[in-house]
Amino acid sequence: MTELTSLTIAEAREKLKAREFTSVELTKAYLDAIDAANGVLNAYIAVTPEKALDMAKASDERRAAGKVGALEGIPLGIKDLFATRDVHTQACSHILDGFKPKYESTVTQNLWDDGAVMLGKLNMDEFAMGSSNETSHYGAVINPWKAEGSNQQLVPGGSSGGSASAVAAHLCAGATATDTGGSIRQPAAFTGTVGIKPTYGRCSRWGTVAFASSLDQAGPIARDVRDAAIMLKSMASVDLKDTTSVDLPVPDYEASLGQSVKGMKIGIPKEYRIDGMPEEIEKLWQQGIAWLKDAGAEIVDITLPHTKYALPAYYIVAPAEASSNLARYDGVRYGLRVDGKDIVDMYEKTRAAGFGTEVKRRIMIGTYVLSAGYYDAYYLQAQKVRTLIKRDFEIVFDAGVDAILTPATPSSAFGVADEALASDPVKMYLNDIFTVTVNMAGLPGIAVPAGLDAKGLPLGLQLIGKPFEEETLFRTAHVIEQAAGRFTPAKWW
Amino acid sequence: MSVDLATVKRVARLARIAVTEEDANRMVGELNGILGFVEQLSEVDVTGVEPMTSVTPMEMRKRQDEVTDGDKAADIVANAPATDYNFFLVPKVVE
Repeated sequence: MTELTSLTIAEAREKLKAREFTSVELTKAYLDAIDAANGVLNAYIAVTPEKALDMAKASDERRAAGKVGALEGIPLGIKDLFATRDVHTQACSHILDGFKPKYESTVTQNLWDDGAVMLGKLNMDEFAMGSSNETSHYGAVINPWKAEGSNQQLVPGGSSGGSASAVAAHLCAGATATDTGGSIRQPAAFTGTVGIKPTYGRCSRWGTVAFASSLDQAGPIARDVRDAAIMLKSMASVDLKDTTSVDLPVPDYEASLGQSVKGMKIGIPKEYRIDGMPEEIEKLWQQGIAWLKDAGAEIVDITLPHTKYALPAYYIVAPAEASSNLARYDGVRYGLRVDGKDIVDMYEKTRAAGFGTEVKRRIMIGTYVLSAGYYDAYYLQAQKVRTLIKRDFEIVFDAGVDAILTPATPSSAFGVADEALASDPVKMYLNDIFTVTVNMAGLPGIAVPAGLDAKGLPLGLQLIGKPFEEETLFRTAHVIEQAAGRFTPAKWW
Repeated sequence: MSVDLATVKRVARLARIAVTEEDANRMVGELNGILGFVEQLSEVDVTGVEPMTSVTPMEMRKRQDEVTDGDKAADIVANAPATDYNFFLVPKVVE
């Protein structure tokens, strides 16, 4: 018999339906896999075996009673950014020590309503600020991929590094993640998994710890395009608790798989061909173009002239919003408190001890750019540039382009504790150069594995779509997946 | 534009983050690195461009101003470091 944990969500769904095994058996297989791997990979920061088995048992009972949800009995991992009732929810920050919310995020509630089982909470960069999962209070996550002939430990990317590592290493059937500047798509690309950031407003942000509210979106990381489609269908909803949740019905994304891309117009933006980009990334991009052309799509060269300004604008807008959102962590209502001689001293000592270096850096930048005398020069200018970035996309889509194909990242996964990246924050920020434009414009973007580099490490391509046209992305990504195949790391842990 | 040590200390105070002399000195370099990177935005011609306030051109949903939730005092203080009779306790703020 095949190992239960090697099944995709779609495969497990069929076998559960055929009563080949129960959700309890499937859940136990995942809990065993986590037990064996987590000491090395550090993907989970809180495993909830009792809750998982209770939920699996309840799922088996529902199935016996003929009530079967879209994710009935499927064991999932949840990024630590999502509030889960009475379960560890700390955004992997020291400042939220001991926080167990008395409420459930809308996204996770949607999953449980569809019958899914929670295995535990997944590691991430602190408050989702990072591109390597090394800013977590709980330590770095290790990528299950290694370069051929090398023993060096690699990062899984970030901020959803625990989600990506757990999915790639088969420590859950699928995982929730969030993406503010690339935090779903970059780790998906680094681990050979599929990750989609839907259009802003598609998934409710209610109960998700806020980083930069105008950019944050939840989405899944999954083993293949079909599983990502299945998960997004459950995660997305119209939610009255989130005023930015959009009032549009959630389509059946899975139904778009297998549909032809014949006659579809795919844009290739020249601005994504950047200096110093490895030859292999360019080759992969050309390969993606060839696959879509073979499938009948029309390839057109396009220009998105403000692309180079997206990352600098992001590093004003995101820290500004973060400095405001993170003002709530003051040692009064939840989490860590460090006593001081008066209340201001208590705030300052609590925040000094509770936030890590990268989070402090971003709060400082955000506070500075919003402070009197600098607001116009930085924040207002960045918001105007953001309008121009969005306009670039609108012009291209108005001209008939259906989707845009780009590389997902400027490199494959890099080493843990990389000195050049650690010493220069801006260099780390450049990881998001291809993904951040999508957040700035609120568009949907999917990262799909497209091949391995010379070192045997996965590389991904990104497809960018029109607002609320995730179906086009699933359909097109599926064509790439069919051509490229799927990529699984050799087990060493 | 760039920041000096005094500005870093002032911003840290605004952000309510205690910084040591060593932290502040390190931050001067880091923040200037980031500010140098974002400086390129000033070369963009934004004449007549409206600042973005929302990525989706949708009107924000409104609802009747009425109580739809509540009576959860125990839940609200459940995670607080110090409470008494459903109040959050803080150091004395008035002498």
